[in-house]
Amino acid sequence: MSPPLEIHDMTVAYHRKPVLWDIDLMVPEGQLVAIVGPNGAGKSTLIKAVLGLLPIASGKIEFYGKPYSQQRHLVGYVPQRETVDWDFPVSALDVVTMGTYGRLGWFRRPGVKEKSLARECLEQVGMAEYADRQIRQLSGGQQQRVFLARALVQDAQIYFMDEPFAGVDAATEQAIVTLLQELRARGKTVIVVHHELQTVRDYFDFVILLNMRLVAAGPVNEVFTTHNLQTTYGGRLTILDQAAEAVRLSE
Amino acid sequence: MDEWWNILVPADPLMLWTLAVALATNVACSLIGCYLVLRRMSLLGDALAHAVLPGLVVAFLFTGTLAIGAMFVGAFVAAVATTFLTQTLHRQGGIAQDASMGIVFTSLFALGVVLIKRYGEHVHIDAQCVLEGNLSLVTSSMIEIGGYEAPRAFFSILPVLLLNLATILLLWKELKITSFDSALATILGFRSNLIHYLLMGLVAATTVGSFEAVGSILVVAMLIVPAAAAHLLCDRLGWMLVTAAIIGALSAYGGFVASLVVETEPAGMMAVTGGLLYALAFLFSPRHGVVAAVVRNSRTTLRIVSEDLLALLFRLEELATARRLGPREAVQAVGGGFLPRLGLWLLARQRFVVAAPQLQLTDAGRRRAAQLVRSHRLWETYLVQSLGLPADHVHAPAERMEHFIDERMREELATDLGEAARDPHGRDIPGQTTAS
Repeated sequence: MSPPLEIHDMTVAYHRKPVLWDIDLMVPEGQLVAIVGPNGAGKSTLIKAVLGLLPIASGKIEFYGKPYSQQRHLVGYVPQRETVDWDFPVSALDVVTMGTYGRLGWFRRPGVKEKSLARECLEQVGMAEYADRQIRQLSGGQQQRVFLARALVQDAQIYFMDEPFAGVDAATEQAIVTLLQELRARGKTVIVVHHELQTVRDYFDFVILLNMRLVAAGPVNEVFTTHNLQTTYGGRLTILDQAAEAVRLSE
Repeated sequence: MDEWWNILVPADPLMLWTLAVALATNVACSLIGCYLVLRRMSLLGDALAHAVLPGLVVAFLFTGTLAIGAMFVGAFVAAVATTFLTQTLHRQGGIAQDASMGIVFTSLFALGVVLIKRYGEHVHIDAQCVLEGNLSLVTSSMIEIGGYEAPRAFFSILPVLLLNLATILLLWKELKITSFDSALATILGFRSNLIHYLLMGLVAATTVGSFEAVGSILVVAMLIVPAAAAHLLCDRLGWMLVTAAIIGALSAYGGFVASLVVETEPAGMMAVTGGLLYALAFLFSPRHGVVAAVVRNSRTTLRIVSEDLLALLFRLEELATARRLGPREAVQAVGGGFLPRLGLWLLARQRFVVAAPQLQLTDAGRRRAAQLVRSHRLWETYLVQSLGLPADHVHAPAERMEHFIDERMREELATDLGEAARDPHGRDIPGQTTAS
């Protein structure tokens, strides 16, 4: 069977300036995967490109052996918290219900079934009592849990989470870890952009080290080595930077 | 002047038609305006409303009529051109989004004005009408469609109103998700771009539909102001749309009546009324309003000074001196002014304090004060023990925090600190009492 995610020679460019070079990657099924790298390494860019939110300059991406457009229903997404407007007039339950929209397709409205599913998922992340709150009235950690509940509602096979641990309280961090482990126990694959190096070993099985190019990818205990981390964080590759800059200047 | 009820409830059928056009225009604008406000695209709505002008003039020059169909086509082409030109300047030219809008819509609007001036005598649109429409004259061009006679302006806004309503009802969830989280919408397979262009099309159509009544400058007020006011008042999308429609209708009606009273163009008065309603929402919205914020703030301040008073009296009792404070002294000690006086009055009313004539804590007052001081001293101890702060650094932060530490947190702190008996300054920490 094909792996949940396979990337073959993908290059992503803003205008023509490459920000991710020739990524080759295969993510195994049923694992918790961390994407690690310094600021500006292209971690979010990788996720967005894979999900078709950014155009790719070249390469091929397959979910379970098929292009994304055919596998939408298998993919769940948790964006960075600050990408949405928390003053938007919706309740926590409304936001979670949005996770069912993909299944419903155009025009059909969510009904009783979808709402009760959304309520269940809110309960799973310990947010049942906040279902009817407008989302600005939630703390940062609670907002993050709402996003997680929405991803759960999507009932996907492979999840992408962009910095779910950023700016959350200790209780939420623990809740997210528990949730990740539950997802793994149910055979899901979860790919997480992660910032804290000291928790990688505790939380994840598989790690992708990224800095404009793929430094290494593999099981944490094989790949998460001092040597690889030095390569990832030890300054950017000057030649890659110069090449990208040359492209930018010639435009 | 007429009797007042004739102004509030116009009996003249022509007046009623004018009012009907105003209501339909404002409701159509308010509904679609909600999505502009929520998507932070108010400026783009503004840009579109202006930029459709040359489209209207060119459509007229080609067809020689002011027929609604031709106008819509002209406006639609202009709207698409605006959206496209702004995007291109922004993406390819590296111009900031707001600057690119500013460039495109002013240029197109100016082009429209030039065209009107140049071909003014052929085009039955004058520059005045562009600015604020011609609401008071809409009844002078009645037409008949399908056996119904109504002002032409009504026949041009009614389909737009119905189109807006139908789109919102049909694409409720699509509009909601693309407005809230366009990335997720795209991932789920809803084309955010498609919805964006659809919305721009609706804004263009609404502008054209409203053109005769309110012109292409005032229409921006009708699009944005009721929606922005509704955003302040509601925290559910459905209610926001309903409220925006009601505020839009109120501005139409209020502006219409006001224009009869002061004898001026109704469209301008409608925009002014909308602005006033927005100001009311801004001041009095229960959650986001200025007044609510001031009230909340004063309540907290009042609670804090009252608690400070209690704690002050408690500490004075603790010192083994006979010195007690009179009301005036006590109020001065916590800063003086109206709120401390009010606070003391409330404490006396709640029987936490009696003045005899020096202030004395009652038993209930003492219990409450003890809990405050307990919070204060536990927090000081916590800061020294867990954060390693020197003892002379902890009084001020504890003074601020004592008002926000509740029973549960207090006991958590106490457990954490191993039931400490003394604070860093060597004073006793009052014990836990449940009654307060």
